Amino acid sequence: MTTPVLQITGLHKNFGALHVARDIHFRLDPGARHALIGPNGAGKTTLVNLISGALKPTAGEIMLQSRNITHLSQAARCHLGLTRTFQINQLFTGLTVLDNVCLSIAERTGIAASMLRPLGRRHDVIDEAMHLLESFKLQDDALTVVSELPYGRQRLVEIVIALGQKPTVLLLDEPAAGIPSAESQIILDVIEELSDEISVLIIEHDMEIVFRFANQITVLVYGTILAQGTPEEIADDKDVRSAYLGESR
Amino acid sequence: MQRRHRWRAFEATPWLFAVAAFFVFPDYMAFGTQVLITIIFAISLDLILGYAGIVTLGHAAYFGAGAYAAGMLSAHLGWNEPISGLLIAGGVAAIVGFIFGFVLMRYHGLTLIMLTLATAIFLYELANANEAVTGGFDGLLGIQIAPVLGVFENDLWGHTYYWYSLAVLFLVFLIARTIIYSPFGRSLVGIRENVRRMHAIGTPVHRRLVIAYTISAAMAGIAGALFAQSNAFVTLDVLSFARSGTILIILILGGTGRLYGAFVGAVVYMLLEEELAKLSLEFWEFGVGLVLVLAVLFARRGLLGVLEDIAVRIARPGS
Repeated sequence: MTTPVLQITGLHKNFGALHVARDIHFRLDPGARHALIGPNGAGKTTLVNLISGALKPTAGEIMLQSRNITHLSQAARCHLGLTRTFQINQLFTGLTVLDNVCLSIAERTGIAASMLRPLGRRHDVIDEAMHLLESFKLQDDALTVVSELPYGRQRLVEIVIALGQKPTVLLLDEPAAGIPSAESQIILDVIEELSDEISVLIIEHDMEIVFRFANQITVLVYGTILAQGTPEEIADDKDVRSAYLGESR
Repeated sequence: MQRRHRWRAFEATPWLFAVAAFFVFPDYMAFGTQVLITIIFAISLDLILGYAGIVTLGHAAYFGAGAYAAGMLSAHLGWNEPISGLLIAGGVAAIVGFIFGFVLMRYHGLTLIMLTLATAIFLYELANANEAVTGGFDGLLGIQIAPVLGVFENDLWGHTYYWYSLAVLFLVFLIARTIIYSPFGRSLVGIRENVRRMHAIGTPVHRRLVIAYTISAAMAGIAGALFAQSNAFVTLDVLSFARSGTILIILILGGTGRLYGAFVGAVVYMLLEEELAKLSLEFWEFGVGLVLVLAVLFARRGLLGVLEDIAVRIARPGS
């Protein structure tokens, strides 16, 4: 067995009497394409919030490449290579697409604390941002203010900002949410082309996408893990069929 | 590409106006000095309000800290050299800003507004209670300021202090301008636009905000110190809620997050105040209020926003 890039043991989270995560054990292998599925309210986004540090767990441990990150801030986790996207766009809507990406790169490279040379004159940052935008065919939108972009393209920017962090672990929270299926193809192509050096955990509702994309699936129901395995194993799992697939199909 | 940081021709205008004002209105330089000081104060507020999105109703805390620091240096310690006095006062205001900011920057929204208000009231009452040191309600007497650079005496017409204040304003402006286009300044805008995302791309948000707040406090303190030196007098008024409120109104009137909004707002507001007070000593606030209501209704981005719209119209005729 390879060492997992991300390992979660005995993770609990409760808000008072409400248990949103219960005894979660989970591992993400290097280069994995791991899908997290489950009915609405199962706690999928909560799990992403716990992993990324937006929420603090009540109990349990999160290890990133054998390093305990349970008590680190979101920012510190980011600098260790753990980055997320959001189910609902979290963009700098008043700024240009290029600005959005530059902000992310500036934070990664550590120049964001500098008060001297203008960001607009840091050609290394701008070149890297343009390069990223080109690989997403967004170069023509670089100087467009984000709020003026169509939603599908905003959804792409959401991912490009995360990639500006050069993550080793990428958490994608329903990347195709809210996009008509005809357009979601663009997003899926982008995700499929991600480098193998990035381990991906993706929350997704569309079973077609999940089974096409994932090589590992985890099913979450009421804050607990119901099943884990390859797509074939999950498809054949009786519990999953009754608890989740049976309902939605 | 992102070339906003480059100097543009129109940016010379405020400085040309400031120099021209000296020759056109030589008798109004004491008033001119107060306008320049207000611009410095407004720039300090723009840095946190306009760029980082920190709404505060207590920015007079740092103006007052600087004013009392400069005043007490002279009145109690006999430290009369103005430029070092300015720097020390800025340092004192920065320390106060850092201590308050470290706590305040953990909050946002209404909680933050109330806490900024509370900090300014706290300082006001602190100064009021320690009458022996601050002069309390009667004001701090005995401030004597040595000639600027050892040569230029403070004259009755305020000529020396006009140039002195203009030089300080120019330096403060240069620092503010450098900061806002720097990666640090851009990250403040990012925090204003979407703090959640900034956390998710690895920004130490609290640290950034505390640093910005401290710099802003230092600039406000320098404005306050100039105020104390130019008037050779400090009263509790420098810490008052009215001062915190007025500077907020001035900046919003001029336009926030635009750097030059501080200039436009301060000049327009103070000219209005001055001229309307001449018309009617009791009723001038009505005029100021009316202008503000109109500005809020029809110029949501401030007077500078209106100017920007006109510039766009001229650049693209027929649209």
